[in-house]
Amino acid sequence: MKIGVVTFPGSLDDRDARRAIRVAGGEPVALWHGDATLRGVDAVVLPGGFSYGDYLRCGAIARFAPVMQTVIDRAGRGLPVLGICNGFQILCESHLLPGALTRNAHLHFRNRDQRLRVENTATSWTSGYRQGEEIVVPVKNGEGCFVAAPDVLDRLEGEGRVVVRYADGNPNGSVRDIAGICNDRGNVVGLMPHPEHAVEKLTGPSIDGLGFFTSVLTAAVS
Amino acid sequence: MIDSVQNARDTPDHPQPYSELGLKSEEYHRIRDILGRRPTSSELAMYSVMWSEHCSYKSSKVHLRQFGDLPHSEALLVGIGENAGVVDIGDGYAVTFKIESHNHPSYVEPYQGAATGIGGIVRDILTMGARPVAVMDPLRFGPADAPDTQRVLPGVVAGIGGYGNCLGLPNIGGEVVFDDGYLGNPLVNALCVGVMRHEDIRLAKATGAGNVVILFGARTGGDGIGGVSVLASETFAADGPKKRPSVQVGDPFTEKVLIECCLEIFAADLVVGIQDLGGAGLSCATTELSSAGSGGMHVVLDRVPLRDETLAPEEILMSESQERMCAVVRPSAVDSFMEICARWEITATVIAEVNDSGRLTIDWRDERIVDVPPKTVAHEGPVYERPLARPLDLDDLRADDPAHLPRPSTSEELRALLLRMVGSPNLCDKTWVTEQYDRYVQGNTVLAQPEDAGVVRVDESTGLGVAVATDGNGRFARLDPYAGAQLALAEAYRNVATTGARPLAVTNCLNFGSPEDPAVMWQFAEAVRGLADGCRALGLPVTGGNVSFYNQTGDKAINPTPIIGVLGVIGDVARRTPMAFGSVPDEVLLLLGDTYPEFGGSEWAWSEHHHLGGRPPAVDLGRERAVAEVLATAAEEGLVSAAHDLSDGGLAQALVECCLRGDVGALVHLDEDPFMALYAESAGRALVALPAGRLGRFTELCQEHAVPATQIGTVRPDHPELTMAGQFGVPLTELRSAYTGTLPALFGAAVGATPPGGVEQDHDVTAEV
Amino acid sequence: MPRVVVDVMLKPEILDPQGSAILGALPRLGFDGVRSVRQGKHFELEVDEPVDEARLRELADTLLANSVIEEFTLQVMPL
Repeated sequence: MKIGVVTFPGSLDDRDARRAIRVAGGEPVALWHGDATLRGVDAVVLPGGFSYGDYLRCGAIARFAPVMQTVIDRAGRGLPVLGICNGFQILCESHLLPGALTRNAHLHFRNRDQRLRVENTATSWTSGYRQGEEIVVPVKNGEGCFVAAPDVLDRLEGEGRVVVRYADGNPNGSVRDIAGICNDRGNVVGLMPHPEHAVEKLTGPSIDGLGFFTSVLTAAVS
Repeated sequence: MIDSVQNARDTPDHPQPYSELGLKSEEYHRIRDILGRRPTSSELAMYSVMWSEHCSYKSSKVHLRQFGDLPHSEALLVGIGENAGVVDIGDGYAVTFKIESHNHPSYVEPYQGAATGIGGIVRDILTMGARPVAVMDPLRFGPADAPDTQRVLPGVVAGIGGYGNCLGLPNIGGEVVFDDGYLGNPLVNALCVGVMRHEDIRLAKATGAGNVVILFGARTGGDGIGGVSVLASETFAADGPKKRPSVQVGDPFTEKVLIECCLEIFAADLVVGIQDLGGAGLSCATTELSSAGSGGMHVVLDRVPLRDETLAPEEILMSESQERMCAVVRPSAVDSFMEICARWEITATVIAEVNDSGRLTIDWRDERIVDVPPKTVAHEGPVYERPLARPLDLDDLRADDPAHLPRPSTSEELRALLLRMVGSPNLCDKTWVTEQYDRYVQGNTVLAQPEDAGVVRVDESTGLGVAVATDGNGRFARLDPYAGAQLALAEAYRNVATTGARPLAVTNCLNFGSPEDPAVMWQFAEAVRGLADGCRALGLPVTGGNVSFYNQTGDKAINPTPIIGVLGVIGDVARRTPMAFGSVPDEVLLLLGDTYPEFGGSEWAWSEHHHLGGRPPAVDLGRERAVAEVLATAAEEGLVSAAHDLSDGGLAQALVECCLRGDVGALVHLDEDPFMALYAESAGRALVALPAGRLGRFTELCQEHAVPATQIGTVRPDHPELTMAGQFGVPLTELRSAYTGTLPALFGAAVGATPPGGVEQDHDVTAEV
Repeated sequence: MPRVVVDVMLKPEILDPQGSAILGALPRLGFDGVRSVRQGKHFELEVDEPVDEARLRELADTLLANSVIEEFTLQVMPL
């Protein structure tokens, strides 16, 4: 199964996302922001980093990249898309997901091993977890505070579209401790924490992040 | 009116502001002799900056030569003199690493000063042909509660994080130390490590007549020009120069793109030589490239892409605009080079051509404004033999031994002291700082702060990796600069070995007061001598480093602070030794080394009594080698489950850190003098935890190397308390509270600041007045 | 050349921690009487004639401001 990872100018965790896909048993494919083609992949990851230096707003410029036109189009037709951190910001700026990510409430960049609760295991990226499973995955961001209008939040909650929630402390002030959400179809997931940094015991706080990448491989098969 | 070479010939007696630019009269006349005429204003600017202390090392060169005299090391692929040293770590891999300072700019503008410090050292590593893989930041500030520290520290930390995180470099270690002397003189040293294959090594020389020089990266603006504006005023007409910023402002995004662009260019083998533009900008790059290579270069300065069209040529030459590099490229490779830059949207311009004339010539608006022999600018600057004088107060300082200071005698007093010490600013938990750094990016960080050394994996299939540590106790160096430098070296060396790596090479950042003060110069000479002798004894080459002078306010210099970085190799990072107790059952605790009543310059004396006096701990480099050998071998054989070296705060601090890190308790038996056992700072010691079953083999290993190993206790995973048998016990919760509360209380003053553990649950993000 | 100024502010209901931090710092610097601080962005565009204000509003709405959390004002400056 081929999973594409997009590199924008300033993307940082693209190599780590590709490693995670490899560890999960998939075939990572490097995608370039300037090429509209997805090279036949079965799913796409928008990785973490500081695309375009976070100029203007995080993800505001990356959203208009040629590759994104294709991603938006294909996502609308069911392609699994995972946006991690900066990728989540790009998904919100692209309106593939509701809400927005703003400056951390305490104003600092914060890198922490964070406990999370997986609340929606029906998405393409979380089908391999148990409902309510608690995992430990690094968060590392300065603009990770998720916000949305109250009616949007109620709808997300009501439709079970809060995919992952911060447990045991909220690292950035995100409203209702929301760490990740999905679209109504469940193929597009945005996530602030970095599962690609929790796939190897040697270099991560756990291997709890692997599930995101193995889940989509089973989704791709079916 | 352009001050061209012709104009200089025609107006030999035109007065020039050389002393405002920092040149002495004899130096100015030497320039006139070299050129056979007066220098043009551009040439004067170049010589003045390149012959400054910062660029020419004029006060330190005679002493630093000792590093070049060290025995040749097989592992050293590139030594002192290039942008950074390079060592062979095996399997065809080479690692380059270096530490540099950006002290004064960080005092002026903490965020940008620290940020551009990171930017600068990363470019030095990139210039060697390596992919930068990690950074570290040894920092020194004034007292933690001083108002100016409140101004400087948060900005510095935010700048290091802001720049390093955006570059995608994990921060794997560093230090935060507070001391009165650094108020007004904070130290911001930055270390970078890069990895490459042997064949990737690039050097900074412009060889091959006919090759071109391409300036690429950011456009050139008025950053960092400062005093050179005085010259600009010479050549400007009536309305005078605009105000020029003297602080460099960095853009990490541009540097990140520059890194990727360069690595692609290197992989395509498109450059003959490469230099980054740091201090003294283009003047430095052009003179260094040409003097190291074929000997000549011709530059058309008009071609430099500018951010500010009003810059005078002197200003363009002196500009310290960040994120710029110069590459020497064969004409046949230029198109490919430009194509890669275009894809990454990096500005790139041919600005010069290499020749073998032995001269560096620069034209501006078709007039020759510079015509110099480049070696005289870049490598033949003044060399001073500054006077040295042992500080007059040193004998009294050394005689004032802290042994006489009141010390705790009862168990209650010892218990209270422990809690005060772990909560003191120098010993307390630094998470408030280190959480602002990304430690995970690139996915190869095996150990990072607060572990003894940062450990980074180099090869995923074999597990080959490197360990890096930095140390530099200014108090020890104040009491004895020779021993202090050796103690810093020993500590970094020991830290690397504690994680299971074998030390291989040394870099150093020597932070001192004014070289015009003979007492400071004496400290410097002693420290360099100590470091050179220490490296000789430990068999390590010095790969390069940095000197920062003038860290003083009025006549009060900082404590001499030689910060030493040691890099080591570990064959398989899976065998590294972390510090947390409790990873396996039935752990026994051993203390390696000997403990003596050595409190001179100790954390206890300073923190409890604000006392600095006596002698620093004795240095025994033979013992350090032995302890390091035991620890590295133990890691290879999988004998120990945890290890931590002993340094500031002694055994007490090491025990607390290991218990809290593992969230397990320990029962420790101290001998007759618990205070000495806990707080003496004798060198050559480490704390080791190992499964009881390995005790036999480990003891044997210690005996083989004549390292004393004393069993001092056991780890107690089911009893969350640090218990000093027969004395006192402190529950982990109480220890943790004292340890972690200090920095947030001091620096977490931002509105909406949250304590570690998360945001207050009642924080209402949807309403704000 | 005509100049257009776009000012972007967070919507009133969105948390502005930077504005709060500035407000908190003012008394420490000796300024009182400031009741609230909100931080925003100011853009200045030089555009070709003729000025198509509707199109510029679209630019502001699509790129310069994130309409989920921000609102903007747009002014064509008198020449």
